[in-house]
Amino acid sequence: MCLAIPAQIVEIIDENSAKVALGSVTKEVTVTLIEEPQVGEYILIHAGFALNRIDPEEAQKTLELFDSIDLTEHLGKLA
Amino acid sequence: MKYVSEFRDKDRFNKLLQQIEQEADPSRDYHFMEFCGGHTHAIFRYGIAQRLPKHVEMVHGPGCPVCVMPSGRIDQAIALAHDPRVILCSYGDMLRVPGSGRNSLLKAKGEGADVRMVYSVMDALAIAEQNPEREVVFFAIGFETTTPPTALAIKTAQQRELKNFSVLCNHLLTPPAIRHILESPEVRELGTVSIDGFLGPSHVSTIIGCQPYQYFVEEYQKPVVVTGFEPVDLLQGILMLIRQHNQGIFEVENQYRRGVTELGNVKAQMLMAECFEMRTRFNWRGLGDIPYSALRIRSEFAEFDAELRFSLEEPVSREHKACQCGAILRGVKKPKDCKIFGKACTPETPVGPCMVSSEGACSAYYHFGPIEVQVVEK
Ligand code: SF4
Repeated sequence: MCLAIPAQIVEIIDENSAKVALGSVTKEVTVTLIEEPQVGEYILIHAGFALNRIDPEEAQKTLELFDSIDLTEHLGKLA
Repeated sequence: MKYVSEFRDKDRFNKLLQQIEQEADPSRDYHFMEFCGGHTHAIFRYGIAQRLPKHVEMVHGPGCPVCVMPSGRIDQAIALAHDPRVILCSYGDMLRVPGSGRNSLLKAKGEGADVRMVYSVMDALAIAEQNPEREVVFFAIGFETTTPPTALAIKTAQQRELKNFSVLCNHLLTPPAIRHILESPEVRELGTVSIDGFLGPSHVSTIIGCQPYQYFVEEYQKPVVVTGFEPVDLLQGILMLIRQHNQGIFEVENQYRRGVTELGNVKAQMLMAECFEMRTRFNWRGLGDIPYSALRIRSEFAEFDAELRFSLEEPVSREHKACQCGAILRGVKKPKDCKIFGKACTPETPVGPCMVSSEGACSAYYHFGPIEVQVVEK
């Protein structure tokens, strides 16, 4: 029920609505809840509304954190 | 899809599982509650519950707005739908949920009631504009993720001077429900659940931020990690809880930084505050009365309040005697403890809401649960 999905803004229609791309489909959503949405940005969509934008830098940092986990260190200890 | 596939990556997933294996101290047990039904669903769907070390247990919480909607309020919606003046609009999730007895909105529709499934509350508004001679009622449900859209629809209806649109408001707040679980005498008396930390719902937090959970770490000394819904997010959230628990610290941490900030979406919060006020109490299905845990429409927007427009009284709920959803929502029992699980109660013939909603614990167990559960299916 509360699951939101990421989508990219492809066109701003007016101050309240935008077209977003969800994979290969495009859809019109209400963007009134976010400040100054821009084409190209990713937003989280739930029930036809953009809840918030996705921060690309933070997403990158989260991924890097996973990738920096160094298992060899632990494996070395076991050996 | 960007921001999805990277967080479903198998290598990252396996690496995190190994890391959890290494860091979870075998001399202690870890019980973490995922509040949100979306997490419950994902934990089963990606086989996380089965792949975590034995001493790391996920306890399923009550965080599915469909599961906690009291049957009396569904009865209200069904009764309204049967009023020939009314077009009742609802999110699809609610259509099959049984009210008292085995009635549902879908059944009402089969009996001729004008029930329409909408994807967005804005669709309900459009239906009202297209049908000026009818009364269009939106059955509003959900936590803080769906509340700002309802607020916006009410404001828009006021601006457009729509006379035939109203909202049956059943919006709920997550922090009071988490508090209720921690204080619940059932949980304390039964002593079967000790909760060592919470995975906080991230999409709710896109709106309310991380700040509301600060109270829990201070008051109850339980760590909270606001966590995303992809499998890699979930494992990282669990790892963060394990680390806090190991070190004996309790903080609010944010795993889902890409979508959640400390303060959340302030514009959406202001809209909510403008349209809604707290109900002094609300009866949650399975959890009972929780003070200040739900919203009603402010008097400034009274003309859009379906409860006032149709003079509805506080509903009375009757639940099926065998249904154990109450204990399941508190994390005290498991779906297999219910005598009719997989027998009289299946996703095709749901008796309780935990079986209807794909985010309910019973439905998750039924579809993805352990082998013995699947044997019951046939
Ligand atoms: S199996 Fe059905 S009746 Fe039993 S607790 Fe779950 S939803 Fe309720």
